[in-house]
Amino acid sequence: MSGYRPFIGLEIHVELATKSKMFCGCCADHFHKEPNTQTCPVCLGLPGALPVPNKKAIDWTVFLGLVLGCRINKHSYFERKQYFYPDLPKGFQISQYERPFCFKGWFDEVNITRVHLEEDTGKLIHRKIEGEKVTLIDFNRCGVPLVEIVTEPEIKSAEHAKEWLKKLQRVIRSLSISDCDMEKGSMRLEANVSVSKNGKLPSYKVELKNINSFRFVEKAIEFEIQRQTELFEKGQKIEQETRGFESDKGVTYLQRSKEEAFEYRYFPEPDIPPIVFTDGELDKIRKQIPELPEEKRQRFVKEYSLNEQEADYFVSNPSAAQYFEVLYLEKNFNLDFRETARLIINKKIDWENISPADFKAEVAVLQEGGLSDQVELAKAAKIVVDGNPKAVADYRKGKTNTVGFLVGQMMKKTKVDPNLARQELLKILE
Amino acid sequence: MDIVDNSIRETVDLFKKRKISCQEIVRACFERIEKYNLSINAYLTLNKEQALKKAQDVDNNRVKGRELPPLAGIPVALKDIYSTKNLRTTAASKIIDNYLPAYSATVVQKLESVGAIIMGKVNCDAFAHGATGENSDFGSVKNPWDLEYVAGGSSGGSAAAVAFGGCLMAMGTDTGGSIRNPASYCNLVGLKPTYGRVSRSGVISMGSSLDSMGHLTRTVEDCALVLSVTAGYDPLDATSSRKPVDFYLQDLSHPAIKGLKIGLPQEYFGRELNPEIKTLILKAAQQFTDLGAEVDEVSLPNTAYTIPVYYLIMSSEVSANLARFDGIRFGHAREMFGEEAKRRIMLGTFALSAGYYDAYYLRASKVRTLLRQDFEKAFAKFDALLAPVVPIKPRKIGEKEQEKLKLYLEDYVTGPVNLAGLPALALPCGFWHNIPMGMQLIGPQFSEKKLFEVGQAYQDVTDWHLKRPPLVEEMG
Repeated sequence: MSGYRPFIGLEIHVELATKSKMFCGCCADHFHKEPNTQTCPVCLGLPGALPVPNKKAIDWTVFLGLVLGCRINKHSYFERKQYFYPDLPKGFQISQYERPFCFKGWFDEVNITRVHLEEDTGKLIHRKIEGEKVTLIDFNRCGVPLVEIVTEPEIKSAEHAKEWLKKLQRVIRSLSISDCDMEKGSMRLEANVSVSKNGKLPSYKVELKNINSFRFVEKAIEFEIQRQTELFEKGQKIEQETRGFESDKGVTYLQRSKEEAFEYRYFPEPDIPPIVFTDGELDKIRKQIPELPEEKRQRFVKEYSLNEQEADYFVSNPSAAQYFEVLYLEKNFNLDFRETARLIINKKIDWENISPADFKAEVAVLQEGGLSDQVELAKAAKIVVDGNPKAVADYRKGKTNTVGFLVGQMMKKTKVDPNLARQELLKILE
Repeated sequence: MDIVDNSIRETVDLFKKRKISCQEIVRACFERIEKYNLSINAYLTLNKEQALKKAQDVDNNRVKGRELPPLAGIPVALKDIYSTKNLRTTAASKIIDNYLPAYSATVVQKLESVGAIIMGKVNCDAFAHGATGENSDFGSVKNPWDLEYVAGGSSGGSAAAVAFGGCLMAMGTDTGGSIRNPASYCNLVGLKPTYGRVSRSGVISMGSSLDSMGHLTRTVEDCALVLSVTAGYDPLDATSSRKPVDFYLQDLSHPAIKGLKIGLPQEYFGRELNPEIKTLILKAAQQFTDLGAEVDEVSLPNTAYTIPVYYLIMSSEVSANLARFDGIRFGHAREMFGEEAKRRIMLGTFALSAGYYDAYYLRASKVRTLLRQDFEKAFAKFDALLAPVVPIKPRKIGEKEQEKLKLYLEDYVTGPVNLAGLPALALPCGFWHNIPMGMQLIGPQFSEKKLFEVGQAYQDVTDWHLKRPPLVEEMG
């Protein structure tokens, strides 16, 4: 299979954790709720009911777009995406097409095509009731705000897809706009896969749908690359189609061929006036952007000379990170950054239960306790001085930098703070 | 003539003076309905029990000396595309002939909250598709002035119900002329409000960007009174305006139209306009001149594009709006749609299809902007425009049933108002033989108050609006 290059693009749907639905006042939290208890004329698509957009969901979409480095359409609008399906009561989904809220972004080395807002559909439940096969519809999920994130086909491999998606999930969670829980369906993944021999983006793509874990997305893409490569090698043409993923068998299967593709007949939603953002409104949203995990990691490595592992700890423990940074707000706290980091990470000091002001005192106690005996320290210094007469002589002749060598010797024998070692050595030498 | 043939204003006075009770007038309206509805076919569903009970409540409150809201005890009919909670709402279509809404339209709730008595639901062209009232799946509406003639449409049942005394006021909807047209046919005042002035929530959508919720009354004053109730922002309609509602009745007792500039759009007075109707409108123009207004010609140069633009945008929106009638949650399967609904679904579906969208829907949207600009330019010089409503001689039931396209073409004088989102007030200005004829006053957005003043000034010096159909006149 050498010589074939995969092109992988991702489409991610994320349900926003707003209190109410996208276009009505119904509760948006639908997980494990009694079917059809969170509905109204609007989300049931009853005649005459009109959609009124949820401002918070729009702001959050723009917020996410800005975090993902997107440009924002200051003049945007919703459109009707028309298709028939029993879980879509209006016969169209209110979505975005020509002018998504966000476009042309960049996240973790992958270009983002667009981030737009739409409404979720209802849920079909296929059951057998009294021996009869029936399909039940639960409209609780219908109208829940749903963000769609689309990437350019720049994902390099199945593993890359998995890792990138994990990072995306972390970022969205850190914004507290969605729990991104794949088991609950609040994050859903789709991948567009094609392979090419000449390194150019092929004219077809195979859409992989219904994937509900990072592991499965990796497996589905792997399988698909293999399948398409084999078809190529057999000299067969690959059709544009939609395929599902069967997780038990680890295979993809045909769901819909090109001929059955929908004609959505998009047109601007006349029930909702265009949405216009002023610079002031965008600035207000921009100011709410917190430091992102990757930015924070990099900053901790650079600013505090920590290693990756230490920085990671602070990224995943925001309260520890905050404590750490507060310590250094006090000008005369000048303990080595890594030393402090270790004290916090290893919980040498019970920082969770003491104030940053008391931390300093604890450090002093710890340092004294660590070298439990001043006598011990003096003894060690004496041994080093006695054992290195040449260095001592050089020092006394005025070569004061030889003290560094002596400190090093002393530290070989005992884990001591270099400053304290220097102080002790100087006591003997002078 | 009877108590049910008075205006709302006169009826409210009679209530106040205790000359009549609310129960009396509600019963009298039901008597009229019993007498004429079979032949006129205005009411599809009656709300008799509820109406009589409400009437009794109003009377009880009046006896107790309670302060009563403005429309307390006034019998009202609703076009059958206004959702009414637990009262059958059919859109005059067989596909939902068994539909009981779970909620009431905002306008219905507002009317009920000011004491209006809902008499029942009235006929119209199915889903408001039509201009004659003949497209109803429950049979044509007949004109109370002459049963051989149509009552106009699509709000034909609304107009007929008021005209024969089955109520004192009726709600209609106007997407391309559907209130003004039947108002003209039935000698009534009909208002198509500014788009966004009255909430659309709960009214079955036809063309969402065109639909206006208006009403038909006997006088301009009644019309203003009803708009004071129905107008206003609605959190359930994102296209409703937050602009404060004017005090429409404030200056009606002394309407000032001296020096007012009224324009006659030349394009509406071309050779398509029936010469007899033209004469009637020009006569009204002369009366406005006599009242001190300055009347002059004005041009709306893009008028010729009205019909293609209107039918592309309207049918595109219709095709999407009717998608929810899938027979899954309510109503019957889609083959139950009538012929006209099917025609518009097909038209709209084509117009929005890939490869056609740019040439049809998108192009139409652009030309719509030009039409809007035509009006903006006209209103830079004029306060209001005066135009015909029905440009051709009134139609008999079944006449030219086959010529659908020709029927579409007649919307060129009413459709532009909807495309531009403007208010227009239709009011009686004479007769074409025995059939009433109306004119319309078109104003800039949110100029309803001014239109009422102009209309009131006209009704102060004319008596067309006081005439009642012969079948009513003949009643002792």
